[in-house]
Amino acid sequence: MLRLVLARVLQVPVVILAMSLLVFVFLNASGDPAQMLMPIEASPDDLERMRRSLGLDQPLYVQYWNFLVNALQGDFGVSIRSRQPAIDTVLHALPATLELALAAMIVSTAISIPLGIAAAVKRDTPIDTAATVVAVLGQSMPVFWLGILLILVFSVTLHWLPVSGRGSWQALILPAVTLGWYMNALMTRLTRSAMLEVLNEPYIRTARAKGLPGRMIIMRHAFRNARIPIITVWGLQVGAMLTGTVVTETVFSWPGLGRASIHAVLGRDFPVVMASIALFTLIFVIINLIVDLTYYALDPRIRKV
Amino acid sequence: MRLKIGLKGAVGFAIMGVIILMALGADVISPFDPLRQGLRDRHAPPELGAFGVAHWLGADHLGRDILSRIIHGARVSILVGIGAVLVSGAIGTVIGIIAGYRGGLTGALLMRLADMKLAMPMILFAIAWIAFFGPGLVSVIIVIGVWGWVPYARYARGMVLSLREALFVQASVAMGATPGDIMVRHIAPNLIGPIIVMATLQLGEAVLLESVLSFLGVGVQPPTPTWGSMVSDGRSYIDTAWWTVTLPGLAITLFVLGANFAGDALRDILDPRSV
Repeated sequence: MLRLVLARVLQVPVVILAMSLLVFVFLNASGDPAQMLMPIEASPDDLERMRRSLGLDQPLYVQYWNFLVNALQGDFGVSIRSRQPAIDTVLHALPATLELALAAMIVSTAISIPLGIAAAVKRDTPIDTAATVVAVLGQSMPVFWLGILLILVFSVTLHWLPVSGRGSWQALILPAVTLGWYMNALMTRLTRSAMLEVLNEPYIRTARAKGLPGRMIIMRHAFRNARIPIITVWGLQVGAMLTGTVVTETVFSWPGLGRASIHAVLGRDFPVVMASIALFTLIFVIINLIVDLTYYALDPRIRKV
Repeated sequence: MRLKIGLKGAVGFAIMGVIILMALGADVISPFDPLRQGLRDRHAPPELGAFGVAHWLGADHLGRDILSRIIHGARVSILVGIGAVLVSGAIGTVIGIIAGYRGGLTGALLMRLADMKLAMPMILFAIAWIAFFGPGLVSVIIVIGVWGWVPYARYARGMVLSLREALFVQASVAMGATPGDIMVRHIAPNLIGPIIVMATLQLGEAVLLESVLSFLGVGVQPPTPTWGSMVSDGRSYIDTAWWTVTLPGLAITLFVLGANFAGDALRDILDPRSV
């Protein structure tokens, strides 16, 4: 068990190194990094100074090492737009993104798991059909389009909820539903199929035969065994969630990390682009680690390996 | 072989067929030039009327015909979808075959690479690529293509591992065929069918990603009409011109739905075991 955990934890720096190498290669392959990291109106003297301070006159591996050391200290340079350290810009946007992602996860988990269980237990009833429609639509509709449709119905037409912005709990509802939509669809389908599989097992028949109440069979016997694949996919969805924040935050003008990063790309604010990639990678890697460790803890069979 | 595609499959293939025809014949069948602007037609609502006179699906904020733009937008979606799927299929299959056939350290390293790709937030890869190398059709195809190679590699490796022991491969080895020969002439042809099924299933996702990149403004650039950028353009006029956002989004949804249904049906036809 300890070896397994250790091996998994050691994967973290490897992924971070790989991502940093990728960004470094991109930064160098796409032209003069000094020019990219400075405002367009920078004078030749400024550029020269930047080149020297970046150590661009040194061999590439030295440059990469310096880049890495600076990045590990959170130094990505100064934002071209706000003239503040790039890392401050992204850290400032982080709480909004975490709040949104958490809300979306709660919404989608709270809907998908009960819906998936109900669909499996009451197979071929209207509930099952509803679950299938949710699953199929969720995987075909683009997230940004769903967000806009929700705004069209609930904000523009019915005036129930605000169009955009952050601050009240009402403002959180539409973005959270939008961001959680895809995950909801996937989890509904998965819960349904995992439950269907388990419900056919002999031990479920035994439980029924000895007269256990239906609710107990479903929750204690069936769901406990169905939850492993569910948790695996739940963890993998963290990645899709990140993609989602970039889109959802753009649709709802949510002041988070996703919107900050896309603004930085469109405004060619490379220090902020790099800082947000670094922060996103870190979050992603940490959450994946937590999910995997939970997985080990939940399934005793894995621990023995 | 008896073809039984079922209702879902039929719907899927029909949608795909219509959209492919739209893309191929865009210049002939669109009622208007998709780039032609008209001040008087600004936000003209949908109306049924003579072909080439009335805007059947309305017009956008520059008076451009929505129907014509949706028809032309199909080109980008199809091009990117197929291009990206080809890129990921090619990368994935090659990596998978090598990893499976060579095994050992090379195989292990390649499969670790696949694990790592899953552990990396790919939207950031896409953003970084486009930030540094600029947007455009080729960028979009590369980004989405590189995005999706892992499933192909996993599948190809699994198949190769079992094929490697097959009698016909052993016979080729005995006859002195080189590993390269065996991989290309004997193993690869056996993978084509399943890989095509996988590619169809991935097509929907590729189209969805293309629309996301277009919507964010980092995809294929204007004035080329794309479904994602049409939704993005129409977003500001959501309270006055609903048709500018809802209809292009509907096109994306239908295409993705069609690709998924068609992929499922194709899988059932080509691989009856998985049913």
